[in-house]
Amino acid sequence: MYLLIFAILIPFIATALIPLIHKRIGAFHIGWFVLLVPLALFAIFVMQIPAISNGETLIQAVNWIPSLGINFTAYLDGLSLIMALLITGMGSLVVLYSIYYLSSSDSFPHFYAYLLLFMGAMLGVVLSDNLLVLYVFWELTSISSFLLIAFWYHRKNSRYGAQKSLLITVFGGFGMLAGFLMLHSMTGTFSIREIAAVLGQYTDHTLFYPAMFLVLLGAFTKSAQFPFHIWLPDAMEAPTPVSAYLHSATMVKAGIYLVARFTPLFGGSAAWFWTVTLVGLVTLFWGAFCAVRQTDLKALLAYSTISQLGLIMSLFGLGSAALHFGDGELGELYGLAIFAALFHMINHSTFKGALFMVVGIIDHQVGTRDTRRLGGLISFLPITFTFAVIGSFSMAGLPFFNGFLSKEMFFTATVNAAILPAFGASTWGLLIPVIAWIASVFTFVYCMVFVFRTFFGTPQLKKLDRKPVEPSIGMLISPAILCIFIVGLFFVPNLLGDHLLKPAMNGIIPGIPGAAPHISAWHGFNAELFMTLGIIVIGTFLFLTFRSWYKIYLIQPAGWNFTVLYNSFLKGLKRAANWITTHYMTGYLPAYFAYIFIFFIVTSGGALIFTGALSIDLTADSPIAIYEGMLIAVMVIAAISMLFAKSRLTAILLNGVLGFSIAIFFVLFRAPDLALTQLVIETVTTALFLLCFNFLPEWTKEDSPKRTKIRNAVIAISAGVTVTLIGLTVNSGRLFDSISGYFEDSYELAGGDNIVNAILGDFRAFDTMLESLVLFIAGLGVYTLIRLKLGKGTKKDEHQ
Amino acid sequence: MNINDVILKTVSKAVVLIILTFGIYLFLSGHNQPGGGFIGGLVIASAFVLMFLSYDSETVSDALPIDFKKLSAFGVLLAMASGIAPMFFGGAFLAQSFGYFDLPIFGKTELATVTIFEAGIALTVIGVVVNIILSISEDE
Repeated sequence: MYLLIFAILIPFIATALIPLIHKRIGAFHIGWFVLLVPLALFAIFVMQIPAISNGETLIQAVNWIPSLGINFTAYLDGLSLIMALLITGMGSLVVLYSIYYLSSSDSFPHFYAYLLLFMGAMLGVVLSDNLLVLYVFWELTSISSFLLIAFWYHRKNSRYGAQKSLLITVFGGFGMLAGFLMLHSMTGTFSIREIAAVLGQYTDHTLFYPAMFLVLLGAFTKSAQFPFHIWLPDAMEAPTPVSAYLHSATMVKAGIYLVARFTPLFGGSAAWFWTVTLVGLVTLFWGAFCAVRQTDLKALLAYSTISQLGLIMSLFGLGSAALHFGDGELGELYGLAIFAALFHMINHSTFKGALFMVVGIIDHQVGTRDTRRLGGLISFLPITFTFAVIGSFSMAGLPFFNGFLSKEMFFTATVNAAILPAFGASTWGLLIPVIAWIASVFTFVYCMVFVFRTFFGTPQLKKLDRKPVEPSIGMLISPAILCIFIVGLFFVPNLLGDHLLKPAMNGIIPGIPGAAPHISAWHGFNAELFMTLGIIVIGTFLFLTFRSWYKIYLIQPAGWNFTVLYNSFLKGLKRAANWITTHYMTGYLPAYFAYIFIFFIVTSGGALIFTGALSIDLTADSPIAIYEGMLIAVMVIAAISMLFAKSRLTAILLNGVLGFSIAIFFVLFRAPDLALTQLVIETVTTALFLLCFNFLPEWTKEDSPKRTKIRNAVIAISAGVTVTLIGLTVNSGRLFDSISGYFEDSYELAGGDNIVNAILGDFRAFDTMLESLVLFIAGLGVYTLIRLKLGKGTKKDEHQ
Repeated sequence: MNINDVILKTVSKAVVLIILTFGIYLFLSGHNQPGGGFIGGLVIASAFVLMFLSYDSETVSDALPIDFKKLSAFGVLLAMASGIAPMFFGGAFLAQSFGYFDLPIFGKTELATVTIFEAGIALTVIGVVVNIILSISEDE
């Protein structure tokens, strides 16, 4: 039935239940309850494997806002199944690990609520077929990532990292939203499947390339691609389970998922091929190059993640060439890259997850993760050391680990790209395998740094907080399971290849089923094998002689990086915002009214004139009765006398006269609902005025210069004229036919005689709902402004 | 005690009851006659405000242990939940339905899901209005 939709909703429901459960269970660790959620979901998705590997897909749709084309459509194919399995599988391991990792001083309910929120949002991203629904979940992952990075919010670096990640990913997200809207305006639908079916006709459309680049902007910022990679190292301030889960295994792969999902839409064009490939390659190189110099193990893994994401990204770029050729020999040759990308995406989650957990263990057990203080841990942490070796050697692409297989396939893809007979690759194509190879040498070096600086050499126990011992068994289970996968996938890769990778690949490059290879570890003495051998030789040499070529990192001047650019941009933004705000926030109420009214006059009045709607036709109006004229006279007199009122009380009473006269008008024009509302509002407002009376300062005569008075009078009169013109135009001008006839059938349509309420509660219930939300937020705002005054209860450690 | 206070308190005891009844009537009759969630909520809120004006806030809070902040949050959630519910029955977000039923005492009665939505609106209005007036009046 609605299995997929419930799979997305379950984490959200569990999030809401966490505070309730937490109160009831006492000393029992809430993590055990949370663990049930990803485990159950993982089981659900595992059960879908047989159907998906047969090439079936699952679609479940629930109407949301059908009139706008927004429906909650869950779509499960090979690609989303891989992602869903990663999200729930890694989620289970990370939750298990975190139970032992977190200290008792941390707030468990917050941590697990954010984590489940993320899990649900991430599942929403990979299972949504509707672009706008996908976008909402996409931003929700950014928000939950923000909350998790800032989990230890008393640290300044955590807050900085959280803000940086949010600003960069949401910036990209906005771009992506614009791209989605462009896709909608081209094709008229928000469904990815429907867009994929028709987008081929729109390649000449002016919006085609803008939409492509904006979608890529979202993908690149999320997946930390160069030059947007700068947020990921700062995100390492999050607790290590979070880094393992969000910032290496799942969330940063959302951008890659998006690229894969949009390959059938945009793939096959030269712009897509070069942008994705080159950005991926540059990221691959730059991440690996920077990782080598890091002394913090987590920073090293962060840069390594950036680099590996670049690798996967470039593979998706290379593989998109297959769509250019279609089914055939060339299509199959280049389609291999897509298969390799999916394979490496899974492999990366296994080995990087294991490595993050290893770093977490080291940090947890000895109190530091600085390579300058570590060393010789092999004799103290032998089990952890084994995990570290398995993870790093897999990452380096060495045999007997899954990383070797996908790395070899990556080399195959780059070597093939050098001879690509399209997109003008013949001139510069050779650079692709060269960059890939150089980056892989650095990858090898930092993998060795990770293992040897930490576990070999002389132990420096005096520099450590605690004497290193192996952690409790619970912390070792999760990395152990991942290591079993790392080794197991090397020996039985085709189990994964046939059942998951093949259907996923067929979804990304439809119509080229022959591109999926039979994975084999040994394929003779070919270029790929020699590339790997070269990496091992050169990499070992570079690792051993690291001190003699270290100076290469000093070439880049200190002030020349993107973080400095980001910081100075934020600083400038703050200064500019401050400058503007101090210039218009005068604290003087008439000034604010002037802004509001001028804006209103310009926009509404301007629209009235420029759309040509302004037309006044009084012939059809009913005559004004005497009592109506008298009522108007009362209102006019009240309004004018208010200007000359000597005391505040008089002004309030005159204002009341105005309000009640309007209510009488509503009665006269037979609008009992409006009349009732107006009367009660007047009553409550009067009560409010009475309450506020005490707090208001002495009523002083306004003493502004004549020029200001004249200016204010002009603004006031223009505002009045605009309103009058709108009122008169509404009654006579007709840009389109009246829609009120529809509402007259409210009894048949909504079962209610009262049209006003049928409109409020049924026809336009969305407006009403949002209005009540606005009212609620306004109420909270008033409460906060009055109750929580700054300087009273604020803590001093705000800026630690 | 001031003589005016006595009059106010005695009168408001009766008047609050009348206003509350009127508010609930307005809320329920809104489907076919003037009224509805917003205006019903506003009238009920004004009854509460009258209570807070004529008695001190401690007395009322003791007799009426309602956290109006939570009430308004509950109202918003109720309105949204009533909008999400139809999605599970194949309807669109915020789709409303109605039907006619034979009930024991009331006879043939119309029941509409829009009442739940309107209840959410009413609770939001009550919560927000009372909360604003309370926070201003309790401000030192």
